[in-house]
Amino acid sequence: MKAKRNLRLIYDRNVPGHRAHRMPPSDVPELAAHDALPSYAIRTAPPRLPEVREPEAVRHYIRLSALNHHVDKAIYPLGSCTMKYNPKINEDLAGLPGLAGLHPMAPQDLVQGLLGMLHRFGRELAEVVGMDEVSLHPAAGAQGELLGIRLVRQYHDAKGNRKKTIIIPDSAHGTNPATARMVGFEVKELKSKSDGKLDVEALRRMVDAETAAIMVTNPNTLGHFETEIEEVARIIHDVDALLYLDGANLNAMLGLTRPGDMGADIVHINLHKTFSTPHGGGGPGAGPIAVRSKLAPYLPVPVIVEKDGRFALEEDRPGSVGRLHPYVGNVGIILRAFAYLRALGCDGLARVSRAAIVNANYLMRQVEQDYPVAYPGPCMHEFVVSCTWMKKHGVKNGDVAKRMLDYGVHAPTVSFPLIVHDCLMIEPTESESRASLDSLGEILREIAREVREEPDTVIGAPHDTPVRRLDEGAAARNLVLRWRPTEGTERG
Amino acid sequence: MPYTGHSPDEEKDLLAAIGVGRFDDLIQALPQSLRLTRPVGIPPGMSELELRRLFDEAERGNYDPRRTPSFIGAGLYDHDIPAVVRHMTLRSEFYTAYTPYQAEVAQGTLMTIFEFQTMVCELTGMDVANASMYDAGSAAAEAALLAATATSRTKILVARSFHPHHRAIMETYGHSPGLEFVDLGGENPLTAAEVTAACDSRTAALVVQQPNFLGGIENLAELAEAAHAAGALFVVSADPVSLGILEPPGRLGADIVVGEGQNLGNPPSYGGPACGLFACKKDLVRRLPGRLVAETVDVEGRRGFVLTLQTREQHIRREKATSNICTNNNLVALGFTITLALLGPAGLAEMSKLCLQKARYAESRLVKIPGVKRDPLGPFFCEFAIRLPKPASQVIDRVYRDSGILAGFDLGRVNPAWGDRLLVAVTEKRTREEIDSLAASMGRVLA
Repeated sequence: MKAKRNLRLIYDRNVPGHRAHRMPPSDVPELAAHDALPSYAIRTAPPRLPEVREPEAVRHYIRLSALNHHVDKAIYPLGSCTMKYNPKINEDLAGLPGLAGLHPMAPQDLVQGLLGMLHRFGRELAEVVGMDEVSLHPAAGAQGELLGIRLVRQYHDAKGNRKKTIIIPDSAHGTNPATARMVGFEVKELKSKSDGKLDVEALRRMVDAETAAIMVTNPNTLGHFETEIEEVARIIHDVDALLYLDGANLNAMLGLTRPGDMGADIVHINLHKTFSTPHGGGGPGAGPIAVRSKLAPYLPVPVIVEKDGRFALEEDRPGSVGRLHPYVGNVGIILRAFAYLRALGCDGLARVSRAAIVNANYLMRQVEQDYPVAYPGPCMHEFVVSCTWMKKHGVKNGDVAKRMLDYGVHAPTVSFPLIVHDCLMIEPTESESRASLDSLGEILREIAREVREEPDTVIGAPHDTPVRRLDEGAAARNLVLRWRPTEGTERG
Repeated sequence: MPYTGHSPDEEKDLLAAIGVGRFDDLIQALPQSLRLTRPVGIPPGMSELELRRLFDEAERGNYDPRRTPSFIGAGLYDHDIPAVVRHMTLRSEFYTAYTPYQAEVAQGTLMTIFEFQTMVCELTGMDVANASMYDAGSAAAEAALLAATATSRTKILVARSFHPHHRAIMETYGHSPGLEFVDLGGENPLTAAEVTAACDSRTAALVVQQPNFLGGIENLAELAEAAHAAGALFVVSADPVSLGILEPPGRLGADIVVGEGQNLGNPPSYGGPACGLFACKKDLVRRLPGRLVAETVDVEGRRGFVLTLQTREQHIRREKATSNICTNNNLVALGFTITLALLGPAGLAEMSKLCLQKARYAESRLVKIPGVKRDPLGPFFCEFAIRLPKPASQVIDRVYRDSGILAGFDLGRVNPAWGDRLLVAVTEKRTREEIDSLAASMGRVLA
């Protein structure tokens, strides 16, 4: 094994006087800061920024990049995150200077090509999810949720409804309750049935005149389709509440079924999941929302409208919730998603969900003997397994995840959903070939063998990664959140 | 079969291994009534060649940013992007990775975030910075929410010279928690007296922008004192490039600093993806929204980096979280980080000085045109407002047709009373020749 050295930051490569990028000489009259700015506004000490030459900077970031696991290297079966392949053409298209270089405050007449494309994508996205109108503004899924629930509020306020609560199943993503609270709703948690699905009878008892909405993830976080979703919609609509569909798992439905046909009033769509835009190490993503026309008046401004073949940004919308994004959304991400949608086309969409579902079921079969499936039966695009049997060997789900890293694959999502103890949530996506799934299956079975025969190997994992298991407790107790010039003395 | 799918034979084998005869057997839970019986109504799939044509056509429907000298800023500025940046941000290792949930195989991402946090602290003069937010607008909104919970107050004072779009986003976020937004001041930089007069025991925060939306320079120390005297927090939205030459808000009493990180190392992309900077004083760290990376050690005692204080976050706290944000705009933050690493202190100082000098030169040329005058007056960094004898929208249109130059931002778009005013931004990328051409063209148009 290669000798491991301590990791170094760009600041650790500092050589005073070095620099990598220079500015052109000034072609206008010289002017000292003191002649142009009030003295109280002038910087008194320069910021400590790295001083490096270009080759050192490039080598540094290349070295850092090599420490990452990524989709282009190997499978990334992170449940609920849909880590599918990111087509390369999309980077080229979104990076075209005539698109990426456009300023959002340019006259609208001069950006008709782009506005037309955004408008068309919105229309096509609405058709894919079976809804009426789309807002491309939300910069992430969580912001899409925020907007969606804000629309719930606006809708009820406009009708004079006194609504207080949002119902959220206990299997939901943490963003759902966090979002509901941000918009000032009380959260009522709906316990799942013994098969992990929505308890329709309990829901019937729970709804009342104060119910504003229910937030449903479909397929749910166990990877199962909520068979009774139409009944859920009826119950919710009967009390003039709204059905919010969390589109985190839309990948399982593309071309197969549509949230709109299930009775959803609002759905958010994670372009970085279902529509293959790269995750970028944690963002940027984009989380457009699609709504029924009854909610359209409340969408955030500006709205891209078409009039006689020309496109305009409409600001004057009296019912609107206001502005969510400084401009019209994460356009660079939206363009990648549009390229992906058009590459698939009507014929390719259904192949995505079909392959995603086949892959998940195949992988589930490969591992279910060693990793009991929490809620058996065919799954959609992902499945959840339990690691409780490993307890007697002193091994936890998190240990299995860490051990997987030694085998050069990424770990699944750990300990989510909360309703399954010691679980792993596995989503292979449609991108993976049979060979790749077989390989992951083999790795998981081998780790199960290790758990039984040499548990310490698993408990002590990872062994073969750039760093070994990290002390998160110490990190939180003694917060070091930035580099300091004299290590140890200036911390805290 | 772009990017996906199995051949019919492969699929048959996979289904057999699963133990079902047909794909339909896997989706029995999906009611027949919900199944699509027709293809989705979008065009059929396209080859790369067709996609290129489609996008080329869209590109041709816009002005050509490569050949159009632009003086539009209003929050997003046209700065030099070193060639290295795109080569690095297009590394699969960076752009196809996800949030560093498994720190041991994400040290690259975690270390760049740690460098980012350090640089944001250095630029802003603050103790702590997070891994970034969506954009400056949502960062300002989260700052208002934080100030409200930290002070248990609800009133947010916002300078009239604050970016109107960011102001509107604050209102969207603040609606349900019941925050009350009060505008104060006018077009000129805010005064301490105006702040003191507006502050009361319900004031959670004073929010200003540096340089402000009309380009003016605020006296931050004075405003901080007035806000603090009333027990309010002082929130500053600052342009990171300006901080190469302007005193960091952190040294002038700011409690929270936000800003737009897209301005360094990233193309405008019609306004997104952006990168909200968010930095605060040490004592607010446990209320900080968003991702935070900390240094620690591994079991062998070697240095490593992890996400920390996750108990603030939604996946643990659920309805008790400080915010629902669960990512950062990491790749944009990476562009910012690498650009600052390449510029270093000398490069950033030069960049900001060039902005200052060229903007002053542009001002001197434009105010010589009969009928054109600065309004408001006062010192500025790289952007200033001028009053025209004709509607700004008309002047922008005519200058563009006359010379192919984008003269600036029509302030009438954000305030009907400002219809005759133009906001002109000048960065290091504009040449003297372009500035002279703008002045000459505007002279012709207004003659």
